[in-house]
Amino acid sequence: MTDRNMALAQLEQGEQAIIEFKDVNKWYGEFHVLKNINFSIKKGERIVVCGPSGSGKSTMTRCINRLEEHQKGIISVDGIEMNDNLKNIETIRKDVGMVFQHFNLFPHLSILENLTLAPIWVRKMPKKKAEELAMHYLERVKIANQALKYPGQLSGGQQQRVAIARGLCMQPRIMLFDEPTSALDPEMIKEVLDVMVQLAEEGMTMVCVPHEMGFAKTVADRVVFMDAGEIVEANEPQEFFNNPQHDRTQLFLSQILNH
Amino acid sequence: MAIEFKPSPSLPPPSTAVGPVAWVRHNLLSSPLNIILTIFSLYILYLLIPPLIEWGVINATWTGSSNKACTGGGACWAFINSYFEQFMYGFYPSDQTWRVNLALVILVLLVAIFAIKKINRFYLTLVIILPYPILAYYLFSGGAFGLEPVETAKWGGLFLTILLGVIGIVASFPLGALLALGRRSNMPVAKAVCVIFIETIRAVPLITILFMASVMIPLFLPDGLNFNKLLRVLIGIVLFSSAYMAEVIRGGLQAIPKGQYEAADAMGLTYWQSMSLIILPQALKLVIPGTVNTFIGLFKDTTLVYIVGMFDFLGRIQAANHDTNWLGTTVEGYVFAAFVYWAFCFGMSRYSMALERKLETGHKRN
Repeated sequence: MTDRNMALAQLEQGEQAIIEFKDVNKWYGEFHVLKNINFSIKKGERIVVCGPSGSGKSTMTRCINRLEEHQKGIISVDGIEMNDNLKNIETIRKDVGMVFQHFNLFPHLSILENLTLAPIWVRKMPKKKAEELAMHYLERVKIANQALKYPGQLSGGQQQRVAIARGLCMQPRIMLFDEPTSALDPEMIKEVLDVMVQLAEEGMTMVCVPHEMGFAKTVADRVVFMDAGEIVEANEPQEFFNNPQHDRTQLFLSQILNH
Repeated sequence: MAIEFKPSPSLPPPSTAVGPVAWVRHNLLSSPLNIILTIFSLYILYLLIPPLIEWGVINATWTGSSNKACTGGGACWAFINSYFEQFMYGFYPSDQTWRVNLALVILVLLVAIFAIKKINRFYLTLVIILPYPILAYYLFSGGAFGLEPVETAKWGGLFLTILLGVIGIVASFPLGALLALGRRSNMPVAKAVCVIFIETIRAVPLITILFMASVMIPLFLPDGLNFNKLLRVLIGIVLFSSAYMAEVIRGGLQAIPKGQYEAADAMGLTYWQSMSLIILPQALKLVIPGTVNTFIGLFKDTTLVYIVGMFDFLGRIQAANHDTNWLGTTVEGYVFAAFVYWAFCFGMSRYSMALERKLETGHKRN
């Protein structure tokens, strides 16, 4: 237990770290998917995680709100340790919004109901106030006129913008994006990225696993490159793209940039 | 100069594409085989329908006090007529049957109120689930508020069938949902209990359960602690159909994409919130056909209570067939029973189809 206490003490000393990974390991059965992840994200930082498929980038992101459970090490979000304690999990999830590859809107609820559900049931907000908040965010993603439709009636790009607004309705301190544009048609990617860029400019802490590198170049504070479950390299975008340090990074970049 | 594109006006369809002539051509006479089948079907209908109408309507006897009145060679509906009250209420005292009717009318009214948009459905459901059964119980069994007591052994006929069917359906549905959730739970004890319950109940015939409820349970209970046979049979029916219900609902739960569970989790919803607000509403909608299938099966299975000495609708008709005044009227009894069961089951089926259409909200493009 002493190792653990020391690690926790170290975490407390970190400057304004809002998300901390300390020696995090995860296995799927026998498969070692995350290997000794040590990483911290400061408040307001925009992090882009990239890497070849199967490198564990999605898994690492999903560990932050415990859609995936890690088996070893410490993950703490906003000073709260992510462990088996249901209270901790619920507290962290209230503060962490998530946007998925396949939108995952609730098809049986209208757009407005999709947005107000969590504020009403988790934040215990009065219905009227939740609806005002929802309309505010729908206007921000430029989709307020669709509030009474159902998700099945919207295009993919519109659905993903609704999903972002749904995440924002909980007024989270951190937003996670798990390949938010990979299921979209090319002409719809821009409308979603625009919303994400706008969000980034407002100072939201963001962790994004993008499908393409444009977002990384324009708004990321740091780009993290993962391969085979390890963080190979983390650097500012300028340095990362122009002067990659590791062979693996160079190979990866040459593959995605030269096609 | 840009050339403006003007689509040419649509032509009216030819008479071979729309209208009754086109329908007949398309559906009945589209190929030689189809023409033969159409003629053959018309011949079969010609063989069946006229004699049926002759037997059931033209030569039928509608009134009379015994089978001697039935001399026309057609159906002896007088049998149904003279036994009608017993078929409906069993041995419920005839001057008290208004109580059964009243309870039924109140139930129909309460359900009809659901159609009004402005009513808060949650509170209405609470009224139907909590105070209504108490009111109905006192109306049926009496013994309070100046109502003459009527013991449950006298309850019978269609009244008993509907009572068993409605309580069976209403109680087995939530119980089945709980069992289905339990079977998919991560908690080993809850899961084991649900699996053992479902697999045991489903592996036993309903008749066995009814026998155990009516004959065996009283043997095990200490003297003086004996509860009503109707109640025991009801519990048996509810447990039996809840096991089937659970598996139907579990099928629906498995059809919900993992992303829906994840989105609910990521929002910070608790387990019960995400089940009741996100997962079950979608899953239950998916399994409406299977659910109604089970309900229709349950409604007809209630006829098995005849075996433990309760006279439900079919049981009462079978018993009346043994009346020496009405010998030879078995067919009429069964035809009447078939018609009534068909009407109820067909009604449930149509209702479920309407419900499916009503609940379909933009699922199409997802």
